Amino acid sequence: MSQKKVLKEYGDVEISLGTTNLKRGFAKMVKHGVVMDVTNPTQAGIAEDAGAVAVMILDRLPADIRAQGGVARMATVQAIKEVIDAVSIPVMAKCRIGHTEEALLLQEIGVDMIDESEVLTPANDASHVWKWPFTVPFVNGCRNLGEALRRIEEGSAMIRTKGEAGTGNVAEAIRHMRLVNKGIREVVATKDDPQELMILAREMKVSYETAKKVADIGRLPVVNFAAGGIATPADAAMMMRMHCDGVFVGSGIYKSLDPERRAEAIVYAVTHWEDDAKVLEAQSMVSERNSMAGLDIESMADENKIQMRGANL
Amino acid sequence: MVLKIGLLGLQGAIEEHEVAVMNAGRTLGLEVQVSRVTLPEQLEGLDGIILPGGESTAMIKQGTRSGLLPKLNSMLAQNFPAFGTCAGAILLSKKVRRTEDSPVTQGAFPFLDIEILRNGYGSQRDSFSTDLMIKGFEEPFEGVFIRAPIISEPGTSEVLASTRGYPVFVRSGKIMVTTFHPELTEDTRIHSLFLKSIIE
Repeated sequence: MSQKKVLKEYGDVEISLGTTNLKRGFAKMVKHGVVMDVTNPTQAGIAEDAGAVAVMILDRLPADIRAQGGVARMATVQAIKEVIDAVSIPVMAKCRIGHTEEALLLQEIGVDMIDESEVLTPANDASHVWKWPFTVPFVNGCRNLGEALRRIEEGSAMIRTKGEAGTGNVAEAIRHMRLVNKGIREVVATKDDPQELMILAREMKVSYETAKKVADIGRLPVVNFAAGGIATPADAAMMMRMHCDGVFVGSGIYKSLDPERRAEAIVYAVTHWEDDAKVLEAQSMVSERNSMAGLDIESMADENKIQMRGANL
Repeated sequence: MVLKIGLLGLQGAIEEHEVAVMNAGRTLGLEVQVSRVTLPEQLEGLDGIILPGGESTAMIKQGTRSGLLPKLNSMLAQNFPAFGTCAGAILLSKKVRRTEDSPVTQGAFPFLDIEILRNGYGSQRDSFSTDLMIKGFEEPFEGVFIRAPIISEPGTSEVLASTRGYPVFVRSGKIMVTTFHPELTEDTRIHSLFLKSIIE
């Protein structure tokens, strides 16, 4: 919900804050870029120097959350403030799914975007945060078009694939991006058949208007990034090839043995993903021996899959 | 006559500018071709360039690596028309400050004699929109400011619009910059102004 303010000190200038255009517009400014997970100001500085468009501060990297278990919550307030002071690029932070209070605190601290993230332990099995009243924009994860649109109906200003965080395995991000794209194609195909479109909307548990919007514009109405398991420049370029607007890299950088070079290389691959020679140049900057080892997802039990968190809401 | 407009395609709100400049061309009855520029050779044959919003640090990093920055720099030195929004305005500024008390550094293309303060209004929650009165426009223009910089010193540039005590749209020679995002509105008047400035 946007607010209006009249600034008396500047001759009664009327300004609007937190409008949908401002929130979705922020996400447009990070397009064609890489958002990097960091846990401290030093890592944030490295990310900024490597050309990251934003950093995501969290207490533990997804790979560590996965390995150590326990409840994962929003990051330490002081740590978030230190990262905000350390870099000039935008700072994002994660709150637990449905934890409105954590989200309000992140807004109060002054982060630029909130990731309501399945990587943290979900706090509410009935609903996500109702995001419209916030001034700060949210990004949410999805596994398919329906999930993406349900989050947008709650006020999300940016969507990313969930992938399977902390695995260093890009397979799930590819699957989720493919399903989003496939969903969009199906919706666009019903453009001139309102009844079919309504059936699709009901299957996705979204309103007819939301589905109609996608049919009309042929894409999500918000910026769409890839996330979850991206570990190499080739992974990042692969996601760009699937028509996403940019990528999040979580454990892939700081769980590798060559974080500085890898961070630069991934940014380079995202900028020039259409140019095979440039992506090769990027891929040559890293050694596969330094990539995070990664986890096989095929053999992973469903209850260990982070992507299932909040998926049916 | 076809106007060939390049869009610095390294990062940021690129597609929005493409749509806006094509619509502006249509309004003016001009044939416009838009192409994305990420490599120096893609600058050949262009009539002007738009530097979009995004993160200036990320753009500088990528533009330096590909050799695009030095080439564009030498073109701008010879009066090549450029329109920068937000991060694009920072790139074109002679003097850039990161915070109010940080030292002054030079923009990537220091051809506009202004001093600019990055994230001048604060973080994203301070991002705002407001109606602007722009010199030469009859109706107000919606200014969408997203983590916008502040033009703290307009220097010798002509100020076309101001709000909250600072210039937000300035021009000098063939270069014009806004600290707000006309590409996030349906209003193409500023893009039209840029196209007209190229023809004149």
